[in-house]
Amino acid sequence: MSEHAEHVPGLAHHFATMEQQKEAGTVGMWVFLVTELMFFGGLFLVYTIFRSTYPEGFEYGSFLLSVPLGLTNTVVLILSSLTMAMGVHSAQTGKQGALQFYLVVTLLLCLAFLGIKSIEYTTKVKDHLFPAYTTYNPVTKEADPTNTHAVPTKIKSEVRTFLWIYFLMTGLHAFHMIVGAGMLVALIWMARKGRFNEHYNSPIEIGGLYWHFVDIVWIFLFPLLYLSGYHLNSGH
Amino acid sequence: MEIAAKNIDAHVEEEESVNYLNATHTVKSWLLTLDHKRIGILYLLSISVFFLIGGIYASLIRLELVTPRGDLLTPETYNRVFTMHGVIMIFFFLIPSIPATLGNFLLPLMLGAKDVAFPRLNLLSWYIFMIGGIMMMYTLLSGGIDTGWTFYPPYSSIYSNSQVTLAGISIFITGFSSILTGLNFMVTIHTMRAPGQTWFRLPLFVWGMYATSLIQILGTPVIAITVLALAFERTLQIGIFDPKLGGDPILFQHMFWFYSHPAVYIMVLPGMGVISEIIASMTRKAIFGYHFVAFSSLAIAVFGFLVWGHHMFTSSQSMYAGMVFSLISFAVAIPSAIKVFNWVATIYKGSVSYDTPMIYALAFLGLFMVGGMTGLFLAALGLDIHLHDTYFVVAHFHYVMVGGQVIAYLGGLHFWWPKMTGRMYSETWGRISAVIIFLGFNLTFFPQFVLGYLGMPRRYHAYVPEFQFLHVLSSAGASVLALGFFVPAIYLTWSLFYGKKATANPWQAYGLEWQTPSPPPTENFTYDPVVTHEAYDFDSVKEISDARAKVAVTA
Amino acid sequence: MSEHHVVPVKTYLTIFGALMVGTVLTVTVAKYNFGSLNVLIALTIASIKATLVILFFMHVYYSSKLTKVVIGAGIFWFAILIIMTITDYRVRQNWHIGLGTVEKPIAANEKQAAPQHSNSMPNGGH
Repeated sequence: MSEHAEHVPGLAHHFATMEQQKEAGTVGMWVFLVTELMFFGGLFLVYTIFRSTYPEGFEYGSFLLSVPLGLTNTVVLILSSLTMAMGVHSAQTGKQGALQFYLVVTLLLCLAFLGIKSIEYTTKVKDHLFPAYTTYNPVTKEADPTNTHAVPTKIKSEVRTFLWIYFLMTGLHAFHMIVGAGMLVALIWMARKGRFNEHYNSPIEIGGLYWHFVDIVWIFLFPLLYLSGYHLNSGH
Repeated sequence: MEIAAKNIDAHVEEEESVNYLNATHTVKSWLLTLDHKRIGILYLLSISVFFLIGGIYASLIRLELVTPRGDLLTPETYNRVFTMHGVIMIFFFLIPSIPATLGNFLLPLMLGAKDVAFPRLNLLSWYIFMIGGIMMMYTLLSGGIDTGWTFYPPYSSIYSNSQVTLAGISIFITGFSSILTGLNFMVTIHTMRAPGQTWFRLPLFVWGMYATSLIQILGTPVIAITVLALAFERTLQIGIFDPKLGGDPILFQHMFWFYSHPAVYIMVLPGMGVISEIIASMTRKAIFGYHFVAFSSLAIAVFGFLVWGHHMFTSSQSMYAGMVFSLISFAVAIPSAIKVFNWVATIYKGSVSYDTPMIYALAFLGLFMVGGMTGLFLAALGLDIHLHDTYFVVAHFHYVMVGGQVIAYLGGLHFWWPKMTGRMYSETWGRISAVIIFLGFNLTFFPQFVLGYLGMPRRYHAYVPEFQFLHVLSSAGASVLALGFFVPAIYLTWSLFYGKKATANPWQAYGLEWQTPSPPPTENFTYDPVVTHEAYDFDSVKEISDARAKVAVTA
Repeated sequence: MSEHHVVPVKTYLTIFGALMVGTVLTVTVAKYNFGSLNVLIALTIASIKATLVILFFMHVYYSSKLTKVVIGAGIFWFAILIIMTITDYRVRQNWHIGLGTVEKPIAANEKQAAPQHSNSMPNGGH
């Protein structure tokens, strides 16, 4: 015997129970994250192949990146994962104020990350290191040995390979962060309207899943891109 | 409010019942619909248009190849024609075909659900598909591309004068439509099955859709990133595929085929699912070896990801990698063969009715077998050296894609036509066109096996005069095939207005989709379906229909 | 399965601490050159950090089997992509020899003019 469910707030008409809706949403987000894994996976493949082919170029290219800035970004992003998790916790315990607070902090950390990233990018462009064919024109080490942004002529083209991989991977990652920022804005707006509580908070959780995924990608990008040439700092 | 019991098997002659088609009439209600059935119809219309466009390109190809000299089209134009034929047919017809039309329409019905898990995402899928399609049309109109549908660099990234970047972006966009559909279906199958609808009671069509979704989710993102990388390579000359800049053209091929091989299984698995349904229903027997068929679908999906290198045997790929790919390619044929054995075993001693869907199913069995076995020829390293890039390959993939998927699609379209439209089509014309298609198809493509074996290369618009006879046969076949495709368009459309009204279960088939009126109401079922029988339990069909008819429906 | 389980704040803070330790560790270790082990060490640390995020920040520790299977499948497929492609490159290690000598690549707007086509002979080659 069917009984039309009395309108449960937040329950879409095609689901039988909130339970089912939440499960569908969660599984759906995980499946989406798997597609993202395969999407980034193609770039990790590219990284693997070119790194094993041009080890010196990768080492030196990595050395050209700023570890302090990358490290700051790593800490910022992991911290934002914590605040996002705290946001989920607040929603689950019905603390509206804390929820909004944590979501806003996550958003601010996201913007900080993007700000630092744009500083890094503009620095590269300024140093003629942007790896499009027409813009790549680094100072050579032979010409200016003291310049920290100079590149040995022998591996000039290999370093360029590293750089476009760097830009592609971090660029795609930054794009995902921008989308994440948009998502956070939407969640903040809904939270301010009081849409979330102990019983209905799956959008926060599901949004959190996306956010943590973006964090995980960076957790791998940081050592692979920034730290490969770090040992060159001491006695290269 | 209570509605009196309705005998859903009764002929509805007097008033038109309210169903998903006539519930609302405005254009807006169709373009903003969240109903999976309407979305399926929207897809049906879109892909039919793309099929027509792709078919026009095919006609140009076959017209050119009637004579040995390149006298109809210039070489450059011919390159664009076969490229656009491939791109449109693969990305805008075959990949969406069964999943987006029949899958969208039937999946929730077969599961006993009210809709897919994410109806808005479903509508978004269609819009993304349309945007990608319109973009591809624009690419076409601004010159098209001449790289072959495979876009190999460095030709596509450096030397080609055509709209590669635009086409790449269009495919990138369309890929998301495929990903979202696969995501939707996978979540729906996992979380929205009706009570009693255990995994092994599911129709095999659902297993086919599940396996297809697996591939769509795991493979499509890789081609997305590949096309993106190609676009960057072409616009910024970054050097990922360009040897002069330290890149590797073979890397493109690896990344491209990592998706594009599993893609061919996206193109065939849904068809196999349809065939299971048709054969079961029209032999009134449960599919022999249900578990084997179900697991074979999964096996094809998984193994299909491990064989992509068989497209690259002559590319300078490592010989050892080639050997591994060759071996696994032989292995991937096994689950397909298992399915064919099981279908044949089902027909044996079954009560066969030769309605149009069954004719298509029988055609599928023969044609898919030829296509599959010739795939094995190509999987053999030594043979492939000679057959690669010849018409043998062209014939092979047309046998599986047209003889397989398109035939299955047409069979499915006819099988579920009464359910989707509430009308019966003309059985006579259905059978006639099925036979025309079968004959035309074989006449078109069988000579191409011989041509390829004799050495005729693919993608050539001119050839040595010795090959002309076979090419003329092939082009003659193409005309018959084209006719065969037009006839259903006519009588199916005619049936929408003048066809006999269909009952809920005109084939007396087993399945939840047949336990609701034709066409179904917007909410799919006027009761909450509960599954108590095993799959393909035909004895229970009448019993279930009678029980449904007695149920009083309360709103 | 639903997760009504609310992860305690203490768990989140502990995991955060572990992630910070991991970050400091990976930077410190990177100061030294272990040759071909560099990448392995970096990936190991990163994998442990990622696992912590997945299990606790993303609640997978408390999630249904289906979720775990989905994640496992994703990782497995990612592995197929990398490993099977690498099998080709392991053998073709010298594919790049002779490449990378950067002359000006032919830009998209500087193609050679299309060759005149002749109707009398079948065209050879692409």
